[in-house]
Amino acid sequence: MEATTRRFKQNAREAMDDAQLQKALTKMKVGFVERRAEARAGLPEFDALRDQARDIKNHTLENIDFYLERFEGEVTKAGGQVHWARNAEEARQRVKDICARVGAKSVTKGKSMISEEIALNGALEEAGYEVVETDLGEYIIQLRRERPSHIIAPAIHVLKEQVADDFRAHHIQFDQARPLGEPRQLISEAREVLRQKYLDSDVGITGANFLIAETGTSVIVTNEGNGDLTQTLPKVHVVIASLEKVVPTLDDAAAILRVLARSATGQEFSAYTTFSTGPRRAGDPDGPEEYHVVLLDNGRSAMLGTEYQDMLRCIRCGACMNHCPVYGAVGGHAYGWVYPGPMGAVLTPSFIGVDQGGHLPNASTFCGRCAEVCPMRIPLPKMMRHYRAKEYEEGLAPPAVRFGLDLWGFLAKRPRLYRLATRAAIGALGRLGRKRGRLARLPLADGWTKHRDFPAPEGRTFQDQWDAIGGAR
Amino acid sequence: MTAPQSSADTGSASSDDLGDKSPAGPTVGLFVTCLVDLFRPKVGFASVKLLEAAGCRVRVPRAQTCCGQPAYNSGDNDHSRAIARGVIEAFEGVDYLVAPSGSCAGMIRAHYPDLFADDPEMHLKAGALAQRSYELVSFLTDVMDMPLEAIDARFDGAVTYHDSCSGLRELEIKQQPRKLLSAVENIRLTELPSAEICCGFGGTFCVKYPDISNKMVGDKAKDVVDTGADALLAGDLGCLMNMAGKLKREEAPVRVYHVAEVLADMADGPGIGETEAAQVQAMHEAGRE
Repeated sequence: MEATTRRFKQNAREAMDDAQLQKALTKMKVGFVERRAEARAGLPEFDALRDQARDIKNHTLENIDFYLERFEGEVTKAGGQVHWARNAEEARQRVKDICARVGAKSVTKGKSMISEEIALNGALEEAGYEVVETDLGEYIIQLRRERPSHIIAPAIHVLKEQVADDFRAHHIQFDQARPLGEPRQLISEAREVLRQKYLDSDVGITGANFLIAETGTSVIVTNEGNGDLTQTLPKVHVVIASLEKVVPTLDDAAAILRVLARSATGQEFSAYTTFSTGPRRAGDPDGPEEYHVVLLDNGRSAMLGTEYQDMLRCIRCGACMNHCPVYGAVGGHAYGWVYPGPMGAVLTPSFIGVDQGGHLPNASTFCGRCAEVCPMRIPLPKMMRHYRAKEYEEGLAPPAVRFGLDLWGFLAKRPRLYRLATRAAIGALGRLGRKRGRLARLPLADGWTKHRDFPAPEGRTFQDQWDAIGGAR
Repeated sequence: MTAPQSSADTGSASSDDLGDKSPAGPTVGLFVTCLVDLFRPKVGFASVKLLEAAGCRVRVPRAQTCCGQPAYNSGDNDHSRAIARGVIEAFEGVDYLVAPSGSCAGMIRAHYPDLFADDPEMHLKAGALAQRSYELVSFLTDVMDMPLEAIDARFDGAVTYHDSCSGLRELEIKQQPRKLLSAVENIRLTELPSAEICCGFGGTFCVKYPDISNKMVGDKAKDVVDTGADALLAGDLGCLMNMAGKLKREEAPVRVYHVAEVLADMADGPGIGETEAAQVQAMHEAGRE
């Protein structure tokens, strides 16, 4: 998928000028934040569970080869098959091969960010398959030909009035004059349309929230039940998941589940938590005849053992973006690739390179709210700072920034010279701003004065004043 | 005058000849911070006044400039280390380093040791300084246990308070300023609903991403005005200059002060981004005395 991350600044400006998007973002910010806070307050051991969740994932990542092989062995024992994919291209090919082999025509999909990462829909459509997203949010943006703007609420940027318009345009089988003003009416209509798609589907594709090594089980959590219909009704179930989704045991998954929904939507548990182990067994009333897991690397194994390994603990709850003031200002699309918000600011340069994704770790005030709410205690600002250092070391930082830092660093290391230089500069600025106490324009600081005044200095530094009164050194 | 290195290496009460008001108190090295030094020296004097009122002996080590955060957050670790080394040396002789900023104190406490992870000797020194470095207000409450009676200040009007991110999340500063403000005569604190949301300053962020920063500070300014408060307070000058700059640009009738100025009874003059004349005019326009 083509990234527009290099145009982040422009994307952000457009997003901030988009009145409908801003309206949608304002609503989102309050809802998610309040619900998470309530959920956290309702569980005294929440922070202890976060520690436990972090430790489980750290242990898994330290031994990930062992647990992945164990997982593969258990899937095979249960009658399923694991397909390893080093990159997006291989993953797409594995899925297409399965669809071709079973002679599929129609494919239904549960929500999956890995599917976005490998741009699966486009590849399947190009190969001639009908692809239907069954998560309501994903379905809406599929109709709109858009990308998710949030990892758990893909259509968060769309207002319900826009959805009504989209449904009228696409569902031409219904009376044009039908009422679609209420969310319930929209949901009923989507359900009616999708019901037949499930029944017609040949291959159901889902993501996975966890892969459990001891049992070879894949786990999904949903609130609509669409994932269950997607994976149980068609003849073939394909799970697409990345390596770091593996956890050792069912108990480990259960522990992390306790922080997942609370962090994501503020629910104690999602409405549906579904465990799938292999295809239908003899005597099972339903279930797919084939069960496949496509295991994607796509840059993850290269993060192991680096300062970015902690990022692989991420369980894709979205809490970091829900609490991020930058995400709240610009929304998800501005980030320009698959993963937005603070987690995207680390994953994007990790997966597509710092030359392409370098804006994102810079576009943070390091306010730390993301790390504060992360259920897996991922030090997101710290990793963004690592990327800034990497950029700096590789000479990718803009020349003006470098020059400014060099000059300032040169002075800051030399207190005497620093005092001479600052005395002169502050004296001049103080005289300029004496009348109003502030400056409406300041050379070399357009970025500041375009939007706000610059408070003028008093005119004499503290250090000089302290000397003047003979203060203790 | 005693050289900084030669005294108070333990902070024991048997101090020498500094002529302090309170010989039993610890020696505090004031880390002025670059922004206070250059833009709002009054905050430095307010800090000295408060520290002395709490029983500390205050010195201002000469060889200080900045904590190095602009370089550190820009990925320039070499300059960061050089600057940090200077700070560590300059404050070797004091019992505590105190800064009127959660951001600078957070840098020294939370990040200096990381900077020297590969240099055992400096790592040890950085760790030692980190442990005795504090943000001003939390130092007064948590270390000095400053009695509320020691706050001798009056502020006529309603204030609202912004919790700067580094202080809040790196140093857990939340109740401390509110506790001390409660001792200020005649003050009314109206809480800011978005107090814990970043104002959009972020050091170099505000000039690297000015449009996003503007959106954030614009939302913040609106929230501040909506509280109806006469003044906005916070503990970090970077955030304060950002918010004051926006409020002034929008000609909002809200004065902006560092919390230390109010606690030290030094907030009767112009707020940040104001002059005496401009302040009087703004107050008249707002229909106040």
